[in-house]
Amino acid sequence: MNSFDHHFLPVGSVGKLSAGWWGVLALIVTEGALFGYLLFVYFYLAAQTDEHWPPEGLPSLIVPTINTVILLVSSAFVWASERCIRLRQIRWSIGIMTLAIIFGICFVMIQLMEWGNKIYGLTSNLYGSLYFTITGFHLCHVIVGIVVLMLLLIWLSLGYFDDKRHAAVTIGGVYWHFVDAVWLFVFTTLYLSPYL
Amino acid sequence: MAISNMTHNPGDERLERVPDFGRAPSGSDEEMRLANIWRSEPGWRGWLSTVDHKTIGLRYLVTAFVFLLIGGIEALIIRAQLALPDQTLLAPEQYNQLFTMHGITMIFLYALPILSGFSNYLWPLLLGSRDMAFPRLNALSYWIFLFAGIFMYMSFPLGLAPNAGWFNYVPISGPIYNTGPNIDVFALGMVLLGISTTAGSVNFVVTLFRMRAPGMTINKVPILVWGTLAASVANLVTIPAVSLAFFLLWMDRQLGTQFFDVANGGKPLLWQHLFWIFGHPWVYAIVLPAMGIVSDALPTFCRRPLVGYAAVALATMATMLIGFVVWMHHMFATGLPTVSLSLFGAASMAISIPSAVAVFAWIATIWVGRPVFKTPFLFFAGFVILFVIGGLSGVMVAAISLNWQLNETYFVVAHLHYVLLGINVFPVIGGIYYWFPKFTGRMMNEKLGKWNFWVMFIGFNMGFFPMHIAGLLGMPRRIYTYSSRMGWDSVNLITSIGSFILAIGILIFLINVIISLKRGEKANSNPWDAATLEWSMSSPPPPYNFAVIPAVASRHPLWEDRLEEGIRRSNLAEGYLLMKGHETLGTSPIDAKPLVIFKMPGDSYTPFFVGLFVSLLFLGLLLHWWSFTGLMAVASCITLIIWMWPQKTLKQRTESGTTYPFQGDSK
Ligand code: HEM
Repeated sequence: MNSFDHHFLPVGSVGKLSAGWWGVLALIVTEGALFGYLLFVYFYLAAQTDEHWPPEGLPSLIVPTINTVILLVSSAFVWASERCIRLRQIRWSIGIMTLAIIFGICFVMIQLMEWGNKIYGLTSNLYGSLYFTITGFHLCHVIVGIVVLMLLLIWLSLGYFDDKRHAAVTIGGVYWHFVDAVWLFVFTTLYLSPYL
Repeated sequence: MAISNMTHNPGDERLERVPDFGRAPSGSDEEMRLANIWRSEPGWRGWLSTVDHKTIGLRYLVTAFVFLLIGGIEALIIRAQLALPDQTLLAPEQYNQLFTMHGITMIFLYALPILSGFSNYLWPLLLGSRDMAFPRLNALSYWIFLFAGIFMYMSFPLGLAPNAGWFNYVPISGPIYNTGPNIDVFALGMVLLGISTTAGSVNFVVTLFRMRAPGMTINKVPILVWGTLAASVANLVTIPAVSLAFFLLWMDRQLGTQFFDVANGGKPLLWQHLFWIFGHPWVYAIVLPAMGIVSDALPTFCRRPLVGYAAVALATMATMLIGFVVWMHHMFATGLPTVSLSLFGAASMAISIPSAVAVFAWIATIWVGRPVFKTPFLFFAGFVILFVIGGLSGVMVAAISLNWQLNETYFVVAHLHYVLLGINVFPVIGGIYYWFPKFTGRMMNEKLGKWNFWVMFIGFNMGFFPMHIAGLLGMPRRIYTYSSRMGWDSVNLITSIGSFILAIGILIFLINVIISLKRGEKANSNPWDAATLEWSMSSPPPPYNFAVIPAVASRHPLWEDRLEEGIRRSNLAEGYLLMKGHETLGTSPIDAKPLVIFKMPGDSYTPFFVGLFVSLLFLGLLLHWWSFTGLMAVASCITLIIWMWPQKTLKQRTESGTTYPFQGDSK
């Protein structure tokens, strides 16, 4: 009857065969859409405003650019950490994951500092509403991402994962990459597009 | 995708194995073992913790139906008020709240959830799987739906219900003109409900692509599956728009942001963009699965397969795609002012072509088949008629010139009820008649069923057809009363009488359900002699659905011998046994080849508690209890962490022998 009757099949939650992997991709689609709409709101309102835009003049690029690099480096670490699991280097994986988390936390600290330096707030004008809402949404995602990475670190340290079973790292990792990729769009919109 | 093969070290049974193949007829040892593995605990524990998609599906159906009744009662009060001119049963503000809550209830709390109920119950049964891809997420999505419904009704008893219409335009819903909590309840409730809908959609999409029985290639899935897929994809892409819109509105109202605030450069039209980006596809989302119900069930009563399966499947997907293009076209081609054109105008124009395909397919199926006039058939045939009428009035409002004339009149109300009741309520009731024996093991009463249909059909047409005329006579929608001099008296009286007749029809349905639950004739596994997989197991189905994972060779596994198309035959008696714990088969997305043995999670309390804490978090936001909100956020996180903690039974963790000495497989 079937040609595939007697094959070995992997059991359980295996990397990209796992339901969780597909689930996180679907989550990324819908969250990606969410950020798409957020940026749409920004451009829609920016295109029609009569105000000086951004009201406080062009944003300074130095700190945000450094922060962008920090976030990207952290993404690279997460990638490397997963690689290490596959290569059965759990200790390395743990170390690199720790670094990724530290970089993530740095991003949050610097972003909060950046917030503190603004002379406008969430409610002072339309631009402020947009700026703080968009970066706020993103910052929430970063914080969730950091919590996820911390959990992965704990699980790694408990010896839960090896080269055969580590779907959680693949799934959590891709979420982190997504959060970082979104930042590139947010950065381009809020910091680079006013220069155009 | 990499499939492990025999060259691997075959020693570790726990990580990969050749699934046992065989039979498990009912009463055999294997079957008993399966039943034991999959059953839920009895009593309240099982009730709170179950993740059985069949239970969840029924809960969705019952809850959504209760919302239909609530919305219906609101409509009847509205109709009582409008039956005669110059009535004072309702004050204007009460009227506003009633029609708003009626719209909200029907559109958000009834129309999609009831279809999710069908899909939840049927999805794995149609696809030949033992479970949904994410059973716990499924339970979560139900609990949040329930809590969101309660949330949106919270301020109703206080006389502070949402009152700006279901599409809630700013500035009337903004902080200046609407100062009470009315709109905040709606706004936060919608964000909450959005979480539920999104979780449900993820589940449908992943289950469809990963959990079909081997051999059920993508071109063999039932149309209901296509409909729900289209709806789910649309939801994933568009729900964020409406959730964001409502969240920004809430921030404008409570935190003082300025997104919609004209005085500070905000734009009210932004609301309409975000709302209708979601709104266009949503209307399809609440009709496509219902059309799927008809496409799958109607053929059973015509004693032949659906005519034009491929065309209908494609039309379903095309409708959804056009749904997005319509909105884009609104945005770019016609410029801003026309964006505020009625939703139903453009939607009808776009939907008409693929819909026509479906209509012709149904008519052809009836035409060339040998119809059996059972109650479900009546509902499905009635649906086709209403669909055509609703479609015609839709094309009428879609013409811009007429639109200007008819927009915001009762013509629109008539049209939208023909579409929504015709395409949603009639198939839903027909669907319940059809699957009731599967749900409960008993048939519904035919005689009451026929009464049910005719009373509903007559009441419906009497209640809503005259609304077209009221609209042409210029009666605006959303007015709480009218003067006798306008000449709208008789149409309104007829409309109101019709509404109450329709309500009697629904009452007959309820009575039929109650009587049949107790005394209905017992149903065998396939009482209608239907063709699809859900009719291959006992009624109601056992907790594990399929004793063996079947191999499917056609679209009509139970009619193959009769139809004699092709030489391959589905095999339902013999298949993969998979009984080392909660197991089912994972297959490849398009051609459904076995890829992996999934370990499914068992019952769990975490979904209930995550749902509860998240809902309380929204309550905290509503009442400005900020520290309570923070506490609930932490509580949700902790519960989620418990939920996600990698488990050995799910094979999410390593099995390596050194750190973890051999531990027997789960039960
Ligand atoms: C018992 C059956 C029903 C009756 C008698 C009824 C009656 C009405 C009436 C009279 C209005 C107009 C209120 C006004 O504009 O002043 C209305 C509005 C509406 N109805 Fe129904 N209805 C029924 C069922 C449904 C169902 C099943 C749905 C959806 C699935 C639905 C969706 C709506 C919507 C979306 C509106 C617009 C609300 C608004 O203007 O914001 N109705 N209904």
